[in-house]
Amino acid sequence: MKQDIHEYLAAFEDIPGTRVYTAARARQGYWLNQFAMSLMKAANRDRWKADERAYLDQWQLTDAQKQAVLDRDYNRMLDLGGNIYFLSKIFSTDGIPFAEACSTMTDMTFPEYRQMMLDGGRSPEGNRSIKGGY
Amino acid sequence: MARITAGVGSSHIPLLGVAVDQGKTGDDYFGPIFKGYEWTKAWEKSEKPDVVVLVYNDHASAFDANIIPTFAIGCGERYKPADEGWGPRPVPDVEGHTDLAWHIAQSLILDDFDMTIINEMDVDHGLTVPLSMMFGTPDKWPVKVIPLAVNVVTYPVPSGNRCWALGEAIARAVESFPEDLNVQVWGTGGMSHQLQGPRAGLLNRKWDNHFMDLLVGDSQEARAIPHIEYLRETGSEGIEIVMWLIMRGALGTKTRLLHRHYHIPCSNTAVGHMVLEPTT
Repeated sequence: MKQDIHEYLAAFEDIPGTRVYTAARARQGYWLNQFAMSLMKAANRDRWKADERAYLDQWQLTDAQKQAVLDRDYNRMLDLGGNIYFLSKIFSTDGIPFAEACSTMTDMTFPEYRQMMLDGGRSPEGNRSIKGGY
Repeated sequence: MARITAGVGSSHIPLLGVAVDQGKTGDDYFGPIFKGYEWTKAWEKSEKPDVVVLVYNDHASAFDANIIPTFAIGCGERYKPADEGWGPRPVPDVEGHTDLAWHIAQSLILDDFDMTIINEMDVDHGLTVPLSMMFGTPDKWPVKVIPLAVNVVTYPVPSGNRCWALGEAIARAVESFPEDLNVQVWGTGGMSHQLQGPRAGLLNRKWDNHFMDLLVGDSQEARAIPHIEYLRETGSEGIEIVMWLIMRGALGTKTRLLHRHYHIPCSNTAVGHMVLEPTT
């Protein structure tokens, strides 16, 4: 039953438009995710809202990670090791629903994204494999 | 002796908790979803389980990025609803069953499952939303709950086969507890959904329903589904459904379907649930 770890991880790179949260991403994004996690406490949310930049500077984020957070560029945050369950603390603090935050990572507006979901969601057809194109 | 009488698989979408907390369960959007749970609510009322072993995943609430247990069991006396960024849900505290939880934890470790043991934690929507779906809005939850948290966030997450085998070991543990208790095992999470990246919004009605088919009867096929299939077919967060296999494993060699419901969409997610009982 044991899978080869290299083959296991390589397959993840073949999924279109998806960053699987691997150990490599977890290492890269550790402080980004810990910063986001800190927003679960009301007192931290207040400090964050008062001065985002000053709050970020208290964490060991890279400049690129800080900029992605300030820009609310969620795809960039994912690229820099963010995980969506941690990043959700940022848009929750902004008062933005999960579906709206998701739409910002796609090529659609929120109304377009919402309509796609009502119509049955994004089809898996053609979205399963980059190499295979199925 | 304690006995496992039934298993429930269910989505635990946070927006369902919002709908319950804001009294929107009858509106056009949520109505069809909550209608699908009516049978199950009535069934739970008549079944009156004493304890639910509730398999779920924490969504960066009790566990941060620091410590990542693959399988963790709550052995505490009570758990408070977590503040997930917008204040805790206005639901009752969750009462544990400390004696049975410690019995299961010890039995699992002797059975080669090296569990992480939790004494104190807050529980997020992954655990409280299924309780709301099955029991509505009581002043006090009518069951004691043993939280069983699974890492389905940081890869590698446990394999389907390992989840199934853990379920089998939970069944052995429960059956060796001397007190006469009616125990259910719930597997939660899913169904298809992707919450990140340009592919966000992926849903797969066909795959989800095929997965539910596989849990009825004596098929063992689902335990061999590799992670890459969940990821390709059901979206990056669809992997949560691997936790249903712990519930299925706990029901033994064969199951009978009592109820099943599926609806698209709820927020970003396909919502499904099924009620199974062990049979011979």
